[in-house]
Amino acid sequence: MATVSADRNVAPEATATGTPEAVVVRFAGDSGDGMQLTGGQFTLSTALAGNDLATFPDFPAEIRAPQGTLFGVSAFQINFGSTDITTAGDAPDVLVAMNPAALKTNVDALKPGGLVIIDTGEFTKRNLDKAKYDVSPLEDDSLSKWDVLAFNISELTIEAVKPFGLGNKEALRCKNMWTLGLALWMFDRDREPIVAWLNSKFAKKPELAEANIAALNAGHAYGETAELSGPIKKLHVEALAAEPGLYRTVTGAEAISIGLVAGAQLAGLPIFFGGYPITPASAILHNLVKMKEFGVTTFQAEDEIAAICAAIGASYAGQLGVTSSSGPGIALKGEAMGLAIMTELPLVIVNSQRGGPSTGLPTKTEQSDLYQAIYGRNGDAPMPVIAARSPSDAFECAIEACRIAVQFMTPVILLTDGYIANAAEPWKVPDPAQFDPFPVTFLESKNGDDRLLPFKRDDRGVRPWIKPGTPDLMHRIGGIEKGVDTGNIDYSPDVHQAQTDARIAKVNNVADSTPDQDVCLGETSGTLAVVGWGSTFGPIHQAVRRARAKGLDVSHIHVRHVWPLPNNLGDLLKGYDKVLVPEMNSGQFKTVLRDQFLIDARPLNKVSGQPFTIAELETAIADLHG
Amino acid sequence: MNEMTSIETTLKDWETDQEVRWCPGCGDYAILKAVQRTLPQIGADPKNTVFVSGIGCSSRFPYYVESYGFHTIHGRAPAFATGVKLANPELDVWIVTGDGDGMSIGGNHTMHILRRNLDCQIMLFNNEIYGLTKGQYSPTSRLGTSSPSSPQGSVDRPASPCAFALGSGARFIARGFDVSKKLPDVLKAAHAHKGAAFIEIFQNCIVYNKDVFHDFAAPKGAEDQQLWCNDGEPLLFAGGTKGIALDEPTCTLKIVDVVDDDWKAAGVAVHNTKNRALAHMLVELPFGPFPMALGVLYDDPRPTFEGAVAEERAKSIAGKAPDLGKLLGAGQSWTVKG
Repeated sequence: MATVSADRNVAPEATATGTPEAVVVRFAGDSGDGMQLTGGQFTLSTALAGNDLATFPDFPAEIRAPQGTLFGVSAFQINFGSTDITTAGDAPDVLVAMNPAALKTNVDALKPGGLVIIDTGEFTKRNLDKAKYDVSPLEDDSLSKWDVLAFNISELTIEAVKPFGLGNKEALRCKNMWTLGLALWMFDRDREPIVAWLNSKFAKKPELAEANIAALNAGHAYGETAELSGPIKKLHVEALAAEPGLYRTVTGAEAISIGLVAGAQLAGLPIFFGGYPITPASAILHNLVKMKEFGVTTFQAEDEIAAICAAIGASYAGQLGVTSSSGPGIALKGEAMGLAIMTELPLVIVNSQRGGPSTGLPTKTEQSDLYQAIYGRNGDAPMPVIAARSPSDAFECAIEACRIAVQFMTPVILLTDGYIANAAEPWKVPDPAQFDPFPVTFLESKNGDDRLLPFKRDDRGVRPWIKPGTPDLMHRIGGIEKGVDTGNIDYSPDVHQAQTDARIAKVNNVADSTPDQDVCLGETSGTLAVVGWGSTFGPIHQAVRRARAKGLDVSHIHVRHVWPLPNNLGDLLKGYDKVLVPEMNSGQFKTVLRDQFLIDARPLNKVSGQPFTIAELETAIADLHG
Repeated sequence: MNEMTSIETTLKDWETDQEVRWCPGCGDYAILKAVQRTLPQIGADPKNTVFVSGIGCSSRFPYYVESYGFHTIHGRAPAFATGVKLANPELDVWIVTGDGDGMSIGGNHTMHILRRNLDCQIMLFNNEIYGLTKGQYSPTSRLGTSSPSSPQGSVDRPASPCAFALGSGARFIARGFDVSKKLPDVLKAAHAHKGAAFIEIFQNCIVYNKDVFHDFAAPKGAEDQQLWCNDGEPLLFAGGTKGIALDEPTCTLKIVDVVDDDWKAAGVAVHNTKNRALAHMLVELPFGPFPMALGVLYDDPRPTFEGAVAEERAKSIAGKAPDLGKLLGAGQSWTVKG
């Protein structure tokens, strides 16, 4: 069965030539349907075709949620085009719905007039019930806003893989490849890289490789046949005119892992990574474990606390200690962070934020750990915090975190989030030579008059790094307040005041080593500044671009160094009449800005587990701009 | 312990200029001296020696030993020590912990460092009380211990550190007590063991739990209640007039009288530090009906954690050069031509 209206329009942002500038496609299915895999491979083929792109994987917290349920739907959205793409797109132009639950939870996001491709093979009474449909949406007019291409993908897949002798269940697992084949045909993509990937993935089970390839080819062939009979059209999205060079796709977790390795290399140090499994941070551990030739030691600890403590132990012994987690795990690490602050040892802590509090929304994104990062420890416990804005930006941020940690003998938090960690984007591979090394020197001899002063500070307030194993420099450190210079236990009133002040001053001095805040779009003063941090960069940037195109006096400021804030940020913000701070939390950075600069920063908050859409930001900008 | 170059030092070389801040008469003083006496005897090198501690009275220990020292946070010393040792396996790592630190808040880490078998010495000072927080009952306090948090007597049953260690997979388990002259020998044996060596040291908290071990650890007159276990020697006590034998029908240990030093005739068992089943019985031997089992109860080395990590690393990097450029461009890539 195929119900398709005649005047379908896939590409709302079509150019004069009729080719769309950008298209948003969302694959949605049961969490066992392999949607993330389909999306990932479609992403790769899209990158290879030369489009710019951004993705948004959105999956449930359950590994195998009960089949067919609304909460078990897994989706993968990709926005790709011939222009600069910075968000995963607001509303899809094309939705692939593999079952009734996927249709129900995703179809309302589809643009009016968009195309929905449906597998009717899954529209059984049982699945319709599970998706809480009283009447099949294929049989009433509830889908009339959209173009519907509904046919039995399940049956077509079983047919295509018949020659390979798979059981019904295994045959149906090839459905995602069939669908991918159709998508590859629709967007004029090469099948070869996917075929190569399937052959290597199923190298030990060639019959599965062949079956999946057959399904892929069948889906592709279906497109051609269907086109002949009229219902769907092939669409070619031009490649982006990109800067020449070598490109790859990169997820945030990959970029952070490589960045940490690069940072340690620039510091001339081996790297020790202590981790404990947690969504969505585990991917960093999985990546680093494969990079041991760079002097990486990975340690899967018994808990989050042991992970950070072991990393601090390694830093004490002269390596670059790194730990990573997500909100709940970061909370557990709080006391140990205080010890790293107190003993003034370098450490990088990566926080892949997710919805909270408590277990919250393990697989959904949020920026609500900013307070925890800046303030969330006992005592006056200052710590530099930097935030990545995109998967590729996470690479540079990781290097920067390593630099600050070793140059200032301090723990540093690198904030990322589930969105950045999992999402992929094309990345122009940098030349390692473009980064300035920041080699570490350890203290080798006594730095006082014939005695060791482990806490003697330099002009930036930084103490020396002394490795156990160094002759004549034996000394003791710990979490108890310590005397100026000597580090001996001393909690007399003057000493605690002096050392607290010194720790704060040292962290503030980090701002002297970081660039002044720039304005990434628009003027350096004016009516409205939209100030963002972290993964909201993409939608804010596009919204400001669109608002400026409409003539509004609005600028986009994106802050990487969220603590200490850039030295010029206060003055810069005071040059605008109004300041808007969109965040995926309830207004945390807004409060920091108000506190630090006494400015009337206005919040725009969203904590639905979904990123901002460009449209909602545009509306807020227009409202505040007036 | 490490294969290390022996260094000549004296007890004085291991003393710091810091004022020791334990209560006068605390058992910790004796343990500190025993350690400072042991270190020269084993040829330890101050620059390669690291004492790592958690929180509690015992955990102040590193400040008083002239070596590298790290006074960390409550219960986590084993985790810090793991990072130290993995980062530099040349270092000789000693962990100082207590019954609260190592069995309560840090019980998890004690378990994992033992099962991993990190090469280090773990000295657990057991005084059966929380001293630094002013005397609450601890996880090793006996049932009915009266304390500020248990005025009617504690109702939770105590854990046995050595039984816990054995259950966690420890390959070296020993016991000693603060004022014992044999403590340095126990420490030496622990240091000679390659792998995690767990030593429970009974320590007299003279303020909050005074003389709780008096029955076997009194400076004088308690010898008869001490069962010193020596590898290859019969399990004798009370001046050789009593011994420990296996009661075969019940598969338990029993006390037998030894007449005219003929322990063989009495059926006294011979201690074997590689006998895990015997170790289980010795660590569980209830004090009172039995003497306190002391000395090296179990010593059967197996490969260390840091050794296994190094081997795994060697395997996984074989034939791989650290090429950052290659790492950056890894995966499926494409070139945009100018």
